[in-house]
Amino acid sequence: MIRFDQVTKRFADGTEALKDVSLTIPTGKLTVIIGPSGCGKTTLMKMINHLEVPTSGDVLIDEQSIKDRDEVELRRSIGYVIQRIGLFPHMTIAKNAALVPTLKGWSAEKTKKRVSELMNITGLDPDTYLHRFPLELSGGQQQRVGVVRALAGDPNIVLMDEPFSALDPISREQLQDELRNLQQRIQKTIVFVTHDMDEALKIADHIIVLRAGEVEQVGTAHDLIHKPANDFVRNFIGQERINRQRTFGQRKISELSAYFIQAKISEQVVSIKSSEDIEKAIALLEEPLTDVLAIYTDEEFVGYIDQTSILKAVIAKEEGVSSYD
Amino acid sequence: MTDFLETIQSRSDLIQQAFLEHIYLSFVALAIGIAIALPLGILIARYRKYAEPVIGVTAVFQTIPSLALFGFLVPLMGIGSNTALIALIIYALLPILRNTYTGLTSVDSSIIEAGRGMGMTRTQILKQIEFPLALPFIMAGIRTATVLTVGIATLATFVGAGGLGDVIYRGLQSYNNSLVLAGALPVALLAISFDFLLKWVEKKATPKGMKTQ
Repeated sequence: MIRFDQVTKRFADGTEALKDVSLTIPTGKLTVIIGPSGCGKTTLMKMINHLEVPTSGDVLIDEQSIKDRDEVELRRSIGYVIQRIGLFPHMTIAKNAALVPTLKGWSAEKTKKRVSELMNITGLDPDTYLHRFPLELSGGQQQRVGVVRALAGDPNIVLMDEPFSALDPISREQLQDELRNLQQRIQKTIVFVTHDMDEALKIADHIIVLRAGEVEQVGTAHDLIHKPANDFVRNFIGQERINRQRTFGQRKISELSAYFIQAKISEQVVSIKSSEDIEKAIALLEEPLTDVLAIYTDEEFVGYIDQTSILKAVIAKEEGVSSYD
Repeated sequence: MTDFLETIQSRSDLIQQAFLEHIYLSFVALAIGIAIALPLGILIARYRKYAEPVIGVTAVFQTIPSLALFGFLVPLMGIGSNTALIALIIYALLPILRNTYTGLTSVDSSIIEAGRGMGMTRTQILKQIEFPLALPFIMAGIRTATVLTVGIATLATFVGAGGLGDVIYRGLQSYNNSLVLAGALPVALLAISFDFLLKWVEKKATPKGMKTQ
């Protein structure tokens, strides 16, 4: 758990980037910090790995103040992905990805195994890519390497600073999906900064809305949409998005058939009838132990659905894709 | 032409000695120049507010005509190879200093931030990231300084430090064109071949991953 305790950040020119912020970021969840530009979201995130230092207040990881930790050792224990990717152009993918393990002094064998494993998970064939240089890869591939590099040292916490915003829309979508899947496998504490509400709603377990250095709301995507704390949050999400999301309530699960997952899922699932309201499915998925619902018509099983696929349906609908309507 | 060959033969001792002196002057000056300018460049790239004054001072030295600089140094230092060396070092400083600074400061800040965020120390960032990425710039600076030094070392003769300038000067005084040529040709060849060699080194110094750009 990461805890911000009354953190204020004042820059030399007197601007207050953060005003008395207190919040907690839960372990093993993907927390998105969102807000308009200049709201202090990046500053907030960079305090976790001590790239920014609070003017007053404290940041604690598992109740230990980061002030008491060695800066370099702290950073090596936290994965870091930045917006402009920041791969080292003069090093091969293998060397880039192995950076933190090398700094930590892992054996070559252990490092290589770890890097190859992560490359495979993120869909990059190690034999093809390890010996290449960053500039020989596409933006999407480079940022996959960025993610591999951040995870290579096996950190418990990963910080991601608008990692996908410089990518083309298709790569962005793919990487968001992959991050979601990856997170389900690795269960790291991920802190993800973005200004893109669709991205936040799509990937987040938890969302922190910031404005002008103050926390406006903390909650799940569902909370933000259904119980926006104030007008700012409501406007930031977009009234249109809220209305559409709310009209979901009267629709039936069967209408989402385009988003049903057909792959075999072995984990425990809750069954639901396709004639039920979508709203009911959403409510069930909010339950802590329910990640996936199995959908049955009166006669047969038709597929699975989870939070991500419902959100995809919402987003697709908003972007005017007619597969839902 | 036969005159020229005869001159070379008859004055081969003088030419050889002058050639060695010339190389000695150029390279000692260059080595000391690098030893000063490279660390200084790294320092001003780290503490950037000092960059402008430091580069400014070396740029002022650079604008002083070379013969005049030798002239200024004689009353202070007397004549001899030390005086010549100091003048040459002063000329070698600016290209190396400026290129080291430019090379280091032009490294993409996001790359450095990534390094910092992942827990690299300042020294590791300098050694593993900044320096390799700045190396082509630094090599280009050293190349410029080398060509410059080899050329200007010709003037060392006026402060009694020898070098191929000696041969040229003697030739001029005795209206011996062959002797002038016997001094001037090796200087030109030296400058050209070092330029060539260092261009190759510069290319080699470019990190592999950067060449695809």
